[in-house]
Amino acid sequence: MARVLVYYAHPGARYSRVNTRMAKAAEQIDDITFVDLYARYPRQVIDADAEQQLLRDHDVIVFQFPLFWYSTPSIIKEWQDLVLEQGFAYGKGGTELAGKTMMLAISAAGPEDAYTEAGYQHFSLRTFLTPLEQTARLCKMRFATPYVLYAALKAEEDTQIASHVDGYRRILTALRDDTLDLDAIEAAAPVLTCSSSLIPGDT
Amino acid sequence: MQDILILSFVFLVAGVIAVPIATRLGLGSVLGYLIAGIVISPLLGAFGVNVVSLQHFAEFGVVMMLFLVGLELEPKMLWQMRHRLVGLGGLQVALSTGVVMAAALALGQPWTVALAIGLVLSLSSTAIVLQTLQEKGLMKSDGGQGSFSVLLAQDIAVIPMLALVPLLAMPELIEALSHAADHVGDGHGGGDHGESFDFMGQFAAWQQALITVGAVGVVVVGGSVLTRPLFRFVAVTRLRELFTATALMIVIGIAALMTIVGLSPALGTFLAGVVLANSEYRHELESDIDPFKGLLLGLFFMTVGAGINFGLLGENLGSIIALTLALLLAKGAVLYFLGWMFKINGADRWLLTLGMAQAGEFAFVLLSFTVASAVIPKAIADQILLVVALSMLLTPALFILFDRVVAPRFAAGGDQDPDEIEHKGSVIIAGHGRFGGVINRMLRNSGHTTVVLDFSSAQLEMLRTFGFRAYFGDATRPDLLHTAGIQDAAMLVVAIDDREQITELVHYCTTNYPHVKIVARAMNRDHVYELYAAGCREIIRDTFDSSVRAGRSALQALGMHPYDAELFTRSFVNDDRTALVALAGLYDPDIPSAENEPYVEKAKELMAEQERALKGEKNSFHSRLDRGWTPPNIGEIEAENAS
Repeated sequence: MARVLVYYAHPGARYSRVNTRMAKAAEQIDDITFVDLYARYPRQVIDADAEQQLLRDHDVIVFQFPLFWYSTPSIIKEWQDLVLEQGFAYGKGGTELAGKTMMLAISAAGPEDAYTEAGYQHFSLRTFLTPLEQTARLCKMRFATPYVLYAALKAEEDTQIASHVDGYRRILTALRDDTLDLDAIEAAAPVLTCSSSLIPGDT
Repeated sequence: MQDILILSFVFLVAGVIAVPIATRLGLGSVLGYLIAGIVISPLLGAFGVNVVSLQHFAEFGVVMMLFLVGLELEPKMLWQMRHRLVGLGGLQVALSTGVVMAAALALGQPWTVALAIGLVLSLSSTAIVLQTLQEKGLMKSDGGQGSFSVLLAQDIAVIPMLALVPLLAMPELIEALSHAADHVGDGHGGGDHGESFDFMGQFAAWQQALITVGAVGVVVVGGSVLTRPLFRFVAVTRLRELFTATALMIVIGIAALMTIVGLSPALGTFLAGVVLANSEYRHELESDIDPFKGLLLGLFFMTVGAGINFGLLGENLGSIIALTLALLLAKGAVLYFLGWMFKINGADRWLLTLGMAQAGEFAFVLLSFTVASAVIPKAIADQILLVVALSMLLTPALFILFDRVVAPRFAAGGDQDPDEIEHKGSVIIAGHGRFGGVINRMLRNSGHTTVVLDFSSAQLEMLRTFGFRAYFGDATRPDLLHTAGIQDAAMLVVAIDDREQITELVHYCTTNYPHVKIVARAMNRDHVYELYAAGCREIIRDTFDSSVRAGRSALQALGMHPYDAELFTRSFVNDDRTALVALAGLYDPDIPSAENEPYVEKAKELMAEQERALKGEKNSFHSRLDRGWTPPNIGEIEAENAS
């Protein structure tokens, strides 16, 4: 059993079609910790000590958020600035996160082909995520392959969204049970989607 | 009765006219009073006023002044002064006495008379020096502190002097006195001391000592233990005059006690002042006693001016002036030497030298006492009296010399230490209830010095238990604000809970102390407009923020996402602020808002507009609550790229 912590961040939760459903699914999984960052810190004043303790108490840290301006919603940046302190997460004596895993669960408005050199976003999604990837590396954490839903605004409720939410549920459960083969996933593709056969089914 | 009224009127007129003129000319209030006294002296003569007895009455101003000085001086500070008190002060008295005595011997006086004259003239004028130092803000300077140590030591020295003087009595004078007993001692200060000696006379020496120590103990213990319950008892009435009466009762009571046991009343009240310096009633006592002190000292200075015997002065003009100048020179030399010895440097040494060179009001007391005790012949005493008065008259001129000539020279050097002013830059918090209390804690925690004023004894005692400095009093009283240091304060926080009083206080402060920042508590929106009109710019509605937070909690409890509740709240506060500004122009203090038609109309219009905006238009993703990231539209991008 791994201790899984899900950080969910969406400033406009009530307009969200994908993330709210994902968050609900995550909340219902037993023995994982779910944190709605905008609900816990509506004034965006983050308690760094409490968050650091939360990180110590978990092995896998999942950030679930919609991609805003090729990055995270602002509260996650604020969280990074305050919680990932020198001496805690990196630098001298900063080994508290070493060996843990960071995974992202992202919804992007653009379609998959937009995130190519020929597409209108011009860069691959992984390129946009390199700041987070390097953050994980500096903290001696494993940066797992991100779980992604492209074209999230146009996704069908009953089909695409439902299967994306279900894949998310299965990923979190597998992370908790140590049954997700991160190495195989990493070797397979730059991003993980719900259609991947490497996500274990329900047992 | 008629005489008293006319006499009071004469004194008041003289003071009211002369002092502002003198102040405007830069001569200081003391010289103004002295000149006023000289001007009215023929009138007083016509009324047959006994100027000397009036002067003894007015000397009570000195007693009050020392009480006030004591209030400013905590026991800790007094203890730090001890070396200067004994060394500087003691040496000043001893050396000045020696120098003057030597001069008197050289002029052919017998040694007893010479010693008595030396003692009389060694003392300086507490009234003039302290008044002037306070007026010029020099009390906390090194020179001011040195002067104060010397004055205090002199005050203590008066006690053994009074004991010593009778031993110097001359047999032939005693005989002469017994013939003219009716003329001497009536109404003179010596009479007072005679009485006190009578009371103490019935006891043996060790009993006297015991009584004296006991009296000082009564003052110290009574001051620290009894004042608080006494003021709490009086506070219930909320009558201002009763506080004044209590303060006067304390001061006069102590003075009376000290006189009975033969100690200096000034010293006794000074001691009481020191004991009360830490009390929360300090500022209240200060502002109650201060006007009496001022009036009595003014009267005292006028009697000094009026007491100059111009007939005698005219006859001996040359010698009196020569003696006065010699006295100033001799005492000044001693002071300058002591200033050097005690490392009082630069302008401060000159302040000590020039400021303390005169003879003082105690000389009047001691002179009449020496005459009554058959030590100095009356004729000589009269001339010395003139020297004393003249030296006092010249002191303001010496201070002017210091101001115009000495101080600028040393200021140019720039090696002066900045004066330490206790309350400078501090924050005055008026009202320490639930509103002001929080502000006080925040300011103190961030390192600011605060002076808290409150009208609730219970509240103050609670504060004291937690180690805060708080003072009793009604903050809307200008004199109390003044003693709390409003003129040097950085900020005034108005946290009292009476709407009219808040406005009044803000108005008073913006008018009289425009440099002091004000943060004021407003009771409602109309009050905000009122305070804005009164000149305040930091206006906080006292329950608005907490109500907004309660509203936010309610929304959250009803199921709204905390962040949405936060955004809604921010938007609500913004709208309220917009409305506040929009309605400000329509507010009319003379019409209640509900009856002010344009005001009501505009308010309704704003409310409707805001409701529309809050609910959002069709495209709710873009309502004003949700400004933020929107993904780019592929179609638009492609269309742009194509063109």
